[in-house]
Amino acid sequence: MWKFASCDGCQLSLLDCEDELLDVAGEIEIAHFLEASSAVVRGPYDVSLVEGSVTTPHDAQRILEVRRSSRVLITIGACATAGGIQALRNLIDVEDFTRAVYATPAYVSTLATSTPISDHVHVDFELHGCPINKAQLLELLSAFLNDRRPAIASASVCMECKRRGNVCVLVAHGTPCLGPVTHAGCGAICPAYDRGCYGCYGPMETPNTASLTGWLAGHGMAERDLVRVYRTFNANAPAFREQSAALEEDAG
Amino acid sequence: MSAAGAAGGNGKGRKRTRTIKVDALARVEGEGAMKVVVRDGRLETIELRIYEPPRFFEAMLRGRDFTEAPDITARICGICPVAYIMSATNAMEDACGVTAPEPIDRLRRLVYCGEWLESHGLHVIALHAPDFLGYDGVVQMARDHRELVERGLFVKKAGNELIAAIGGREIHPVNLRVGGVYRSPSRKELAPLRETLERAREYALDLTRWAGTLDYPELERDYVFVALRAADEYAIQRGRIASSTGLDIHVSAYEEHFVEEHVERSTALHSRMVGEERPYLCGPMARWALNGRQLSPLALEAARDAGLEPVCTNPFRSLLVRCVELVFATDEALRLIDAYEPFDPPSVPVVPRRAVGHGATEAPRGLLYQRYAIEADGAIREAKIVPPTSQNQRSIEADLREVVAGGLDLERDVLRHVCEQSIRNYDPCISCATHFLDLELDRA
Repeated sequence: MWKFASCDGCQLSLLDCEDELLDVAGEIEIAHFLEASSAVVRGPYDVSLVEGSVTTPHDAQRILEVRRSSRVLITIGACATAGGIQALRNLIDVEDFTRAVYATPAYVSTLATSTPISDHVHVDFELHGCPINKAQLLELLSAFLNDRRPAIASASVCMECKRRGNVCVLVAHGTPCLGPVTHAGCGAICPAYDRGCYGCYGPMETPNTASLTGWLAGHGMAERDLVRVYRTFNANAPAFREQSAALEEDAG
Repeated sequence: MSAAGAAGGNGKGRKRTRTIKVDALARVEGEGAMKVVVRDGRLETIELRIYEPPRFFEAMLRGRDFTEAPDITARICGICPVAYIMSATNAMEDACGVTAPEPIDRLRRLVYCGEWLESHGLHVIALHAPDFLGYDGVVQMARDHRELVERGLFVKKAGNELIAAIGGREIHPVNLRVGGVYRSPSRKELAPLRETLERAREYALDLTRWAGTLDYPELERDYVFVALRAADEYAIQRGRIASSTGLDIHVSAYEEHFVEEHVERSTALHSRMVGEERPYLCGPMARWALNGRQLSPLALEAARDAGLEPVCTNPFRSLLVRCVELVFATDEALRLIDAYEPFDPPSVPVVPRRAVGHGATEAPRGLLYQRYAIEADGAIREAKIVPPTSQNQRSIEADLREVVAGGLDLERDVLRHVCEQSIRNYDPCISCATHFLDLELDRA
């Protein structure tokens, strides 16, 4: 388990498998998991789970070493798969921001961008979510242990929402919801709590963000808010990044 | 990648310098390192270095809508998201002149109990206990102490289930918002938690008894304790800021009494209490010392039976204090669930205005303060976040100083371990502490 820039929440998901943790540890040897143990086994490793995004020159080097020592590399969470909330720095006035940082040598050196692991090395599987779903993490580990494909859907949150039997918050209440363009995996939690999906699992494969944006605007959402809804925990994921940039361009 | 516990050093040199380094601290949340230099029998340098990459939350929050701060700041820490959500919410409601009605306050306290259980449970059994029983981690410890580990994990799980029932999921819950919640959970949704929490309470009592029997390294420190204090209950989700030196202030006066300083070696800021030389301490030991009498009778009885002194000044015994708070959090959660009635509307309207708001709550690790300046349209103009770990950093180093000074004769590996253990006393959340670099450029 490797940590880059992140909140620790996705690796915590493994420790949150309270009922399964000891069994999992019985099946696999946990070689490197600093949050949980000070015992470290040297690589190479069969499977590396990577949490967090690359935000420093040191980490840009470190991920290469992790890749070299891992047979399979899986990224977990929005930071590792899309750059995370800290990728907002990629979209704001980077120059001033970085100058402020580099002008003070005492600060750790920081890159101007927060980038997903896949921008740096080959990634074998990406598990989405901010945070990831621990049941999906267990499924993923189990699939790799048994040399089969993980059963992890790539549809939209809408599919899960229907299955959960939620009333559609967008259609029934006019609540802004990113469910139609967001990657499944959470189990449609927000609509079950009368809240619109806020896209923390990132874009699904080939999402129709333009159509959804039209819907949201039709429901009276202001331009500024439209840009913001795509710029949260997966702001740097291509589909969301392009949509928010297009909106900004339209606004001139 | 440096292996944890790689001891460097040049002890054979003529200068008789011993360097103890831990390049990657284990069993803490986030990334930190420690360096101790002893020369000619005298302690020369002691550093807790935080190298976790900065994520610039305060900069990212500028221009965002005031309603987004809870969900965004939650992402500072996956272990204590509720604490961030609640402090941000308090600050925004303060800015907008709103006081949450009683039922909302009760539900917030309930979900916060879940976070204490989840976070303390994790720390007590998985991060801290292995130090006392001599293991590298919880998995190794479970081979010999399966029942103890399972009980600890059960308490942690009860906390997670409580957060998930109210908030939708345990990490970064979705149902909490400025003004209240999106949906008030039904009694039926909370009912199944009763049985789980009752069992967790039994286990928390077991853990407290067990913690009372441990052999703690001897260390007595002269702390200034700082914690929230509420007139009516053991402060968690709101209160005034109190200290053992007699401070009693409204949260909005925090920055008049506490300042942050940037230390070069660290990506976190260090906090200091104005007019006080001694480092101050937040967290379980501070809460216990300042507000202990407000704990439930059961928690107080457990504390007494385990031999916990009314004011505990041995940081290693924070493990025992956390166990007592586990008993309290289960007890309190049960009381709140029994009294719970769903409410409608689930939230009160919060209309933005140009103002500054302050919010503080008791995160599992201690006082978590946030301040926001917002515009009339709700946009955030400025944000400041002070997490407990950066407030405790000076205390962590002061403890280390004493530990090293008292342990100069110890073999290096032993001393290194006791230093690491001493850092883990704080359950330091380095992910939290590191995100608060001041980005203001001094152009003078």
